[in-house]
Amino acid sequence: MAAPLTLLLVVAVTVRALLSSSALQQLIAERVEVVSPISAWKRVIEGLALLDLGVSPYSGDVFHETPLIIYLFHFVVDYAEITFILADVIAAVALYISVKDYNKQVFRKQKFALEADRYPMDCLELIRSPKEMHYIPLKVAMFYLLNPFTVLSCVAKATCGLNNAVLALFILATIKGNMLLSAIFLCLATYQSIYPLTLCVPAMLYLMQRQYIPVNPRRFGFWWFVAQYLFMYVGSLFVLVCLSFFLLGSWDFLSSVYGFILSVPDLTPNIGLFWYFFAEMFEHFRLFFLCVFQINVFFYTIPLSIKLKDHPVFLIFMQLAVISIFKSYPTVGDLALYLAFLPMWSHLHRFLRNLFLVSCVLLACSALFPVLWHLWIYAGSANSNFYYAITLLFNVAQILLVSDYFYAFLRREHHLTYGLYLKRTDGSEATLVLK
Amino acid sequence: MASYWNRNPIRVFVFLILTVFVVVRSNIPSTPGEGAEERRWEASQVGDVDPGMSVAPPHPHTNTDSFQEELVVRPLHSGDIYASFQFRTVWEADFSRGNKVSHYQLFPKSLGQVISKFSVRELHISFTQGYWRTMQWGQPFLPSPPGAELWVWFQDSVTDVDGTWKELTNVLSGIFCASLNFIDSTNTVQPSAAFKPLGVGNVTDHRFLRYATLPREIVCTENLTPWKKLLPCGSKAGLAVLLKSEKLFHSSFHSQAVHIRPICQDQRCKSTSLELRQTLNAVFDLHTSGQAKREWSLFKMFSRTLTEACPLASSSKIYIDITDNSQGEQFELSPASSLLSQAVVLGDRRTFSVYDLTDQATFGSTRSLNLLIRLKSTDGDMLRPLLHAERYVAGYGLQTGEIHTVMYNHHPYRSFPVLLLDSVPWYLRLYIHTLTVTSKGKENKPSYIHYQPSKDRLRPHLLEMLVQLPPNSATEVTVEFERALLKWTEYTPDPNHGFYVGSSVISSLVPSTVATNTSITQEQPLFSSFFPCKEELSYFVRVYTEPLLVNLPTPDFSMPYNVICLTCTVVAVGYGSLYNLLTRSFQIEEPSPGLAKRIANVIRRMRGVPPL
Repeated sequence: MAAPLTLLLVVAVTVRALLSSSALQQLIAERVEVVSPISAWKRVIEGLALLDLGVSPYSGDVFHETPLIIYLFHFVVDYAEITFILADVIAAVALYISVKDYNKQVFRKQKFALEADRYPMDCLELIRSPKEMHYIPLKVAMFYLLNPFTVLSCVAKATCGLNNAVLALFILATIKGNMLLSAIFLCLATYQSIYPLTLCVPAMLYLMQRQYIPVNPRRFGFWWFVAQYLFMYVGSLFVLVCLSFFLLGSWDFLSSVYGFILSVPDLTPNIGLFWYFFAEMFEHFRLFFLCVFQINVFFYTIPLSIKLKDHPVFLIFMQLAVISIFKSYPTVGDLALYLAFLPMWSHLHRFLRNLFLVSCVLLACSALFPVLWHLWIYAGSANSNFYYAITLLFNVAQILLVSDYFYAFLRREHHLTYGLYLKRTDGSEATLVLK
Repeated sequence: MASYWNRNPIRVFVFLILTVFVVVRSNIPSTPGEGAEERRWEASQVGDVDPGMSVAPPHPHTNTDSFQEELVVRPLHSGDIYASFQFRTVWEADFSRGNKVSHYQLFPKSLGQVISKFSVRELHISFTQGYWRTMQWGQPFLPSPPGAELWVWFQDSVTDVDGTWKELTNVLSGIFCASLNFIDSTNTVQPSAAFKPLGVGNVTDHRFLRYATLPREIVCTENLTPWKKLLPCGSKAGLAVLLKSEKLFHSSFHSQAVHIRPICQDQRCKSTSLELRQTLNAVFDLHTSGQAKREWSLFKMFSRTLTEACPLASSSKIYIDITDNSQGEQFELSPASSLLSQAVVLGDRRTFSVYDLTDQATFGSTRSLNLLIRLKSTDGDMLRPLLHAERYVAGYGLQTGEIHTVMYNHHPYRSFPVLLLDSVPWYLRLYIHTLTVTSKGKENKPSYIHYQPSKDRLRPHLLEMLVQLPPNSATEVTVEFERALLKWTEYTPDPNHGFYVGSSVISSLVPSTVATNTSITQEQPLFSSFFPCKEELSYFVRVYTEPLLVNLPTPDFSMPYNVICLTCTVVAVGYGSLYNLLTRSFQIEEPSPGLAKRIANVIRRMRGVPPL
């Protein structure tokens, strides 16, 4: 299995290296779909230049990355391409190992369930075989590394690649059952972009499941575990924030990084929903809608955790998708991370309702983004509404994709409990509906 | 000889001032044993003026204010004509100790109260319509950028400088009928080096300096009227009768300014007085005047002739630049004047024909003076300005762009440093790492850079740098920027017209071949003595580049409701579909009965019969 992975890595690195050294690099690095005001490499360089001039990078409104990122690149700015390629490779390998491990557990659980005769008789075709699961880790790594979105993001040197790597390491640490590392990596990801905060719920659920701690609020063991995890998480967050303070000697970065993410002052177009909405917003409603939109990102955590408390890895996928759709400055790099999980749910394909439509829309939108951007910004023959319409469609497609997978997942679980071929009371073939 | 006599009345005036000074001085008890050497040393310390000095009451019998007016006319090589008015009111009042003065003579009360209330040390304000074409017209006597410019030095006793600045701009906005109230923190900067105080004073901490430009400001007759009202004679008498707006604004360049600064009362500089200089520059175009005959007269330019000097003026003169016309080969001047004067202006020794309006003989038998300049030829070399600059935006599309500033040093063998100041609004996000400075194809590293990045909706970018310009070269400064998308309410009413970026300011001490007069007390024509000069062999020049007009991407202004509805719909699609899946469970669908059966069931229920 190592050989195909190595081959994949070689191909991925070659593609990235070739694109980075070509003339296309400049073009890609300016695409608003690929880089956001937070993750743009140009702005990181600007932050370094300001630091060289003796000006605090946070005294202006150009640099919004964290102090740790600027210190990282203070040392490796000459090897930036290598750093970003390395981050992608680390993310892919981490995903590969974690998916492999997860599949083993899924298979073991399924075996126990089969031995305990828990599945209905007609569900045998829903049972997953080791043969089909064999290639899933490789497919996940491939989906991540060869996804054009990831490639573009890496070539543009968007710092969201680093965030993805940290998140992948967090998933690896969680699936391996290492509580401390899981908390630390999650804290690193949160430190960079706030939103991964919601991932601490699936992480805790998974770790509890692994340690056979029942998820029951009335039990002391549950609260003890939650306290332990939160202590590690908040503790490392505290250490990181203090470290940033000591690196720069001021708290300016808090408002410049987190205030910037939460209050959305920069309306540069991107693939998200925020920019045009807040550009066209009536000033006295701005704060209200800002709160609504930001709460929206965090809100789904609680109901999703309740519904999916037995399936924390699917919960992680859902959370990543929700974050990348509803966050304030999304880029295609964020999309790439949750798209990489899709091969893991290949057994759900028989229940998906509109996969064809959604993939067509996503592909068409990806092609139309640069076209309509050109028409608006360069040719002047279209206006902002054209680009905005495409971002709307793109987000609708993403929402449909995610909710479709969610539907399929729930439906499979239903079938695994009640049988695949359900009958009506009158004995005819039944159709399932949500009621 | 002629110029000597010409200055005589001013001498008398200076003598008068000195007398006043001595009288006032005699009220102060002087330290015993005060030697002549000690006095000279004290003179350099303006800040240490004896407080007893300023509270001394004005002498009841002597007029402590003085007023001078002058007009300079220079025929330009392009065939245009440059007229520059200067009015100078000196007020011997000392505001630096925060005392209130309520007695006004010649000094306009409206400005005096503003200065006293807001503790202003220096105030410079200019309104300009049109762009000064340095390469065609040479250097102006007093440069100004297109639009409005305001810079103020506050007294170091001011604690809340920003608040005072805000109030001051609003008050000035009312005084000059201009949109100065649009000056806020987003277009105000604190230059660290480019704008030094022009008057006496040792406060150079730039915390007390505020500088703002409004490049979009349009100057018109409603700005001229309040400006004229500040003059002691208004537009009733003296040179100001020429200032008729219908002619003044029918010109290719118009600039009016007010400069207030503390100056030394005498050579020893023991105490300061306040100088108000009102200047007005206009360039009249030969072609737009629509006349085939190539001649200019006061009447043609201003549709007025002069009949008297302002009675309150101690000096009232007209200077005609005849440097290039020593033998009358370029133009013919009538009536001719026997008075000649020489002055060093901007590193060049110029000769002027002088008309003294306080002398009745100037008006001749007709009791009116209508100077006539009949142009003969326009060829001949103009002295090329040693320093000039231009600026433009490069790039296409509405995403990024590049500001290019090109500075030319035309000196054949001397290099000199220039200080470049750029204030760029926040919505053009400058990337300082893309800053390049090249001269003659080589990188020219600035020896000093002061950069203050912008804050969105709060303050602009400020870039100041000191660049050495090699002799006979063009130095290009480029910096990339990104255009921001604004909120729809932040756009101007005509968003597709573009957004103005104020002029770059280039300040420099340009090496000169002619020695400049550095003594402050020797009387010189007003136009040659504005910028204080400490070195003999160089002169101070400030050059303003063109303002930039930059387009920004715009949202569709007609559909805020649509956008709110559509985006909320998408969010609701996400919320709805997840809510659906989260709250409902799968159930087997029972077949719904046909329409006929349902109607039958409704009827049966009404009849009280069990349904089918």
